[in-house]
Amino acid sequence: MKISKNEVEKIAHLARLEIEDSRKEKMVEQLGNILQYIDKLKDADVDGVGGSSGGAIADNVLREDRPEASPGPSITLANAPDRDEDFYVVPRVVK
Amino acid sequence: MEYHELTIGSAREKLARHEISSVELTSALFDRIEKYEEGIGAFITLDREQALAQAEKADQDLAAGKGSALTGIPLALKDILCTKGIKTTCGSRILENFIPQYDGTVVSKLKGEGAVILGKTNLDEFAMGSSTENSAYKITRNPWNQEYVPGGSSGGSAAAVAARFCCGSIGTDTGGSIRQPASHCGVVGIKPTYGRVSRFGLVSYASSLDQAGPITRDVRDAALLLNAISGHDKLDSTSARVPVPDFTQALDQFDKGSLKGMRAGIPKEYVSAEGMDPEVEKVFHHAKQVLQDLGVEIKEISLPHAEFVVAAYYIIAPCEASSNLARYDGVKYGFRDRSSDDLMDMYKKTKSRGFGLEVQRRIIIGTYALSAGYYDAYYGRASKVRTLIAGDFSKAFETCDLILSPVAPAPAFKIGEKTDDPLTMYLTDIFTLSANMAGIPGISVPAGYSSKGLPVGIQMMARKFDEMALLRAGYGFEQSIGLARKFPDL
Repeated sequence: MKISKNEVEKIAHLARLEIEDSRKEKMVEQLGNILQYIDKLKDADVDGVGGSSGGAIADNVLREDRPEASPGPSITLANAPDRDEDFYVVPRVVK
Repeated sequence: MEYHELTIGSAREKLARHEISSVELTSALFDRIEKYEEGIGAFITLDREQALAQAEKADQDLAAGKGSALTGIPLALKDILCTKGIKTTCGSRILENFIPQYDGTVVSKLKGEGAVILGKTNLDEFAMGSSTENSAYKITRNPWNQEYVPGGSSGGSAAAVAARFCCGSIGTDTGGSIRQPASHCGVVGIKPTYGRVSRFGLVSYASSLDQAGPITRDVRDAALLLNAISGHDKLDSTSARVPVPDFTQALDQFDKGSLKGMRAGIPKEYVSAEGMDPEVEKVFHHAKQVLQDLGVEIKEISLPHAEFVVAAYYIIAPCEASSNLARYDGVKYGFRDRSSDDLMDMYKKTKSRGFGLEVQRRIIIGTYALSAGYYDAYYGRASKVRTLIAGDFSKAFETCDLILSPVAPAPAFKIGEKTDDPLTMYLTDIFTLSANMAGIPGISVPAGYSSKGLPVGIQMMARKFDEMALLRAGYGFEQSIGLARKFPDL
């Protein structure tokens, strides 16, 4: 299936990406080619077939519900690009 | 003896007999890296100081008779495995300054066995690629011919082993990223069964497909590394509670008749695959004969849904990637673009400037395939096709113990040759993607050379958790074909 420039822009927004104008045309073309190839999937007979999401073992995995110590803010926030003590700083949300 | 000639196995023996020290070995490898790394570009980060400290500690342990399985053995790790205190970039600008606060389980297990970590190897950004050209930092060159790619995404790990910068390395494999670069660089690579090795601290690309594994100079070394990294981990709920055998055992007891009666299937769909290079076909044909001479029964099998593997993979992997990579939002860690004081703008600029084009492409494909109105046609359908693909393998393994195929349809290609055409690059993954989709293990073993002198490997796949079959067959094959320990002059 071909994909339009509008659709690519919409999807990019959903993914929080912005594609530079100079790259847009090429991106649209490449994505179109890839999706066209993927259309092959339509030829597969999947009637009555269940989906699978991977994993080697089908058993459920349970553990005891026991609280453990958290690493604490000095470790959790160590890589924050911007922080104020124990808080992440982000651009103003409410204006 | 030159230090760089030592495999994991031979270095262990010499260390145990106190013929060499880990500090000598580690220093010699750093000297070699210093001399040749500029041409190869295998590493993103090297940490000589820390490695030598680990080597010194290893020497003390060995002197005190307290050595473990890998004490004093210098290894390299793909830069997608979290290493405490050592930058872990995933080949991406978005993690340029990311310093993990913890070791991934693979890393802590290797350290626990006494391994010395030389540094972090180059990769396609977030393991997305087949040539290591998608790294934000550098291109890695194939040590056999520096005009060619080393394969990918674990190209740095494979090149580091082929260049003999380290005794062995760890790569990760989501669709062939261990096996294909191992093949292109003339070394051994194993993608273990999904769940065999913990993914904790392995930065996620496609969580249902990702698996870390060894890249080594010979099959026995791969068994040694697999011993060290396998096993259940409570920090990864998808890691399997199954016993881990001593993978070297079957190799130590190996004799010429060991493979007699083993049945290996060759999928007829692979033989007629598009884009098969005649030179790869020739190497594969010879490999088949070598196995036959060892008593392996070769038979034709069918994987009826093979033609859908690439299409299904390039939906499922990007879908998982689009979800996994949403976390890089410029807030909690990694790069943040500071040119805007608007939150939405910050997100968009951070991601668009932090991620490379291939990563953005896959995020967009995944977001599209998961978006309202398209989910059933794409992700839903691909996951059903995945069931069919796994079913093909279950059926095949009713009548054979191994499945044989080339690793890639052609030897390594030239740097820059395919960067403009992502779809063509995707199609080169045709033989390796299935093992990830079906969750089964696969090995790549050197099998010959192209007329240009580039290595060509063969792939064997086995039933879930039967890495032993791969190691036995790989070991027998390696002994018979006599290519092991042939390495490029740098």
